[in-house]
Order: sequence, then structure tokens, then C-alpha cells
Amino acid sequence: MKARVHITLKNGVLDPQGKAIQHALDSLGFDGVDDVRQGKYIELDLAETDKATAEANVEEMCKKLLANMVIENYSIDIE
Amino acid sequence: MKSAVVTFPASNCNRDMFDALEKITGERPHEIWHQDTEIPNVDLIALPGGFSFGDYLRCGAMAARSPAIKAVAAHAERGGNVIGVCNGFQVLTEMGLLPGALMRNRSLKFVCKTVQLKVENADTTFTNAYSNGQVINIPVAHHDGNYFADDETLARLEDNGQIAFRYVNKAGEATADANPNGSQHNIAGIMNERGNVLGMMPHPERLIEDEQGGRDGRGFFESIINSLN
Repeated sequence: MKARVHITLKNGVLDPQGKAIQHALDSLGFDGVDDVRQGKYIELDLAETDKATAEANVEEMCKKLLANMVIENYSIDIE
Repeated sequence: MKSAVVTFPASNCNRDMFDALEKITGERPHEIWHQDTEIPNVDLIALPGGFSFGDYLRCGAMAARSPAIKAVAAHAERGGNVIGVCNGFQVLTEMGLLPGALMRNRSLKFVCKTVQLKVENADTTFTNAYSNGQVINIPVAHHDGNYFADDETLARLEDNGQIAFRYVNKAGEATADANPNGSQHNIAGIMNERGNVLGMMPHPERLIEDEQGGRDGRGFFESIINSLN
């Protein structure tokens, strides 16, 4: 079973890397990009076969290590 | 004063911290490896600067989950003194011993220079050898020193006098130009509410004797010694 975790900065938290990407896009001539937020993508291969259990486990992983709950949000896709 | 320095893979200021503590206290600190589960009974545990575990995932995140950290948390819980410098500060926030988080510098640049710090509260375990409002020179060297906390947390830090050091200009003003990393409220170092845990991005251990270009960092360690007497 595969879990895909997306980690993004919370709204309101300054994202200097996102700003740098936006600036670079702008200088390449891509107009109309109002904002860029960058984050992390983590893919996990899990031995667990029960989807609900896997989701609960990955949720625990996010809270304990993968995301910093002070500044980041996470979302989990399991398949 | 008995002390211990915890080293993680890719810590690179552990030796500086070790030497500073040895020179100032006259006693050799205990060397603790991140896999050690016990730390001897000491007056101070120091988490040094560096790039623990390569700073993969987030700065300090993996160090904050290493075996030795449980002993650090237990020491803090008992009221023991803990300091974290640079990466050590990042570890303390990742552990939850200090509020907030340290993010990529606003400039996106690694900043390595000497900055001015204002001693915001000289009535603490870590600052009593300085005077209130004193401006000191301390080096910084970091990529992720941009202190972030929500408004409520910042207000609490301000109201409780938990901000130990702030980045200022030579005139002692906390301006945007004097802020090397974009930290909220120009915060360079904070303490927990109980006052026994301090984290700071600048490196006092790098400025303790004239050969290093100054002695302004010395007061930080002398404060801790004073507070034990």
C-alpha cells in the first residue's frame, strides 16, 4: 500500500522559497502567477493492507515527525 | 559547573561548545552521543550548532527524536538548565521545549557575520552577567534562523520577559536592517516560561576569548555559573 503525503506551509506563514520561485517565473516571462507556495512530497510504501489503519498510522507519522504542526499542514492520500 | 554536550551526526559546533564550557567552568563537560540514553546529573546540558542529520526533512527534526533527547527532556522537566545554540535552538523548538519554529532565512541566504544583540532581560539564568539593554556582539552562521510563532505566542513571550536577546543595530534599535534572517520581533533567543531552557541562533561559544576577536559571549556562560551559586 502506498501513502502520499503533501506537506505545505500554513496560510499566513511567509514562504521565502515560494517567493523566489515566483520571482524566477516572472523573470522567465510567465505573467499572471499571483503567488507560489512550495512544500514537500513524501511517498511511503507500507506493509499494512488495511486502508483505514494505514491512514491512521501515517497521520501519526505526520504529527510526530513528518510535519511541524507549528508552521505546516499535511494531507494524506492512500492507495 | 558540571555540564554535558550532546553531539548528533553532523553537529559541527560541539567542539566549540565543549571548549568554551571547559575553559569557562574549569571542568570538562561530558560528551554525550545522540544514541546515549542516559546523561549524568549535570547543571547544564548544551545542544550545539551544526546540521544534525544533514537537516534532512527539517532542521533539528530528526535530532529531536533521537534517544539522548529523552534524557534532555527529563533533565528540563526536573528544572535542569538546557541551552540550544543554532541547530540546538532548532532542536529545542522541534522537541516542543520552546514554542515556535525556525524557518528558512527571509533572504534565502546563509548568513555568516557578527551581529549586535540587545540583552532584553538581564534577570535570567542565562543573562545575569549582562545588564538590561546592553548591546553585545555575537556571531551568527545559519540558513534557517527565521523565528516564527503565532501572534498569541509572541505576545506571551513579550509579556513574560521570555525574549532573552533581540537583533539590533549599533544604536540598540530593533530595525529590519539589523535583523539577519527575518525573525518575528527581531527575536534572536528565547526562554521557556520556567526560565531553565534557552535557545538562540547566535553563537556565544565563538566569542569567549580575545583570540576569537572578543569576549562578549563569555557573559552568557558566566551567567549560568552565577545562577548556580
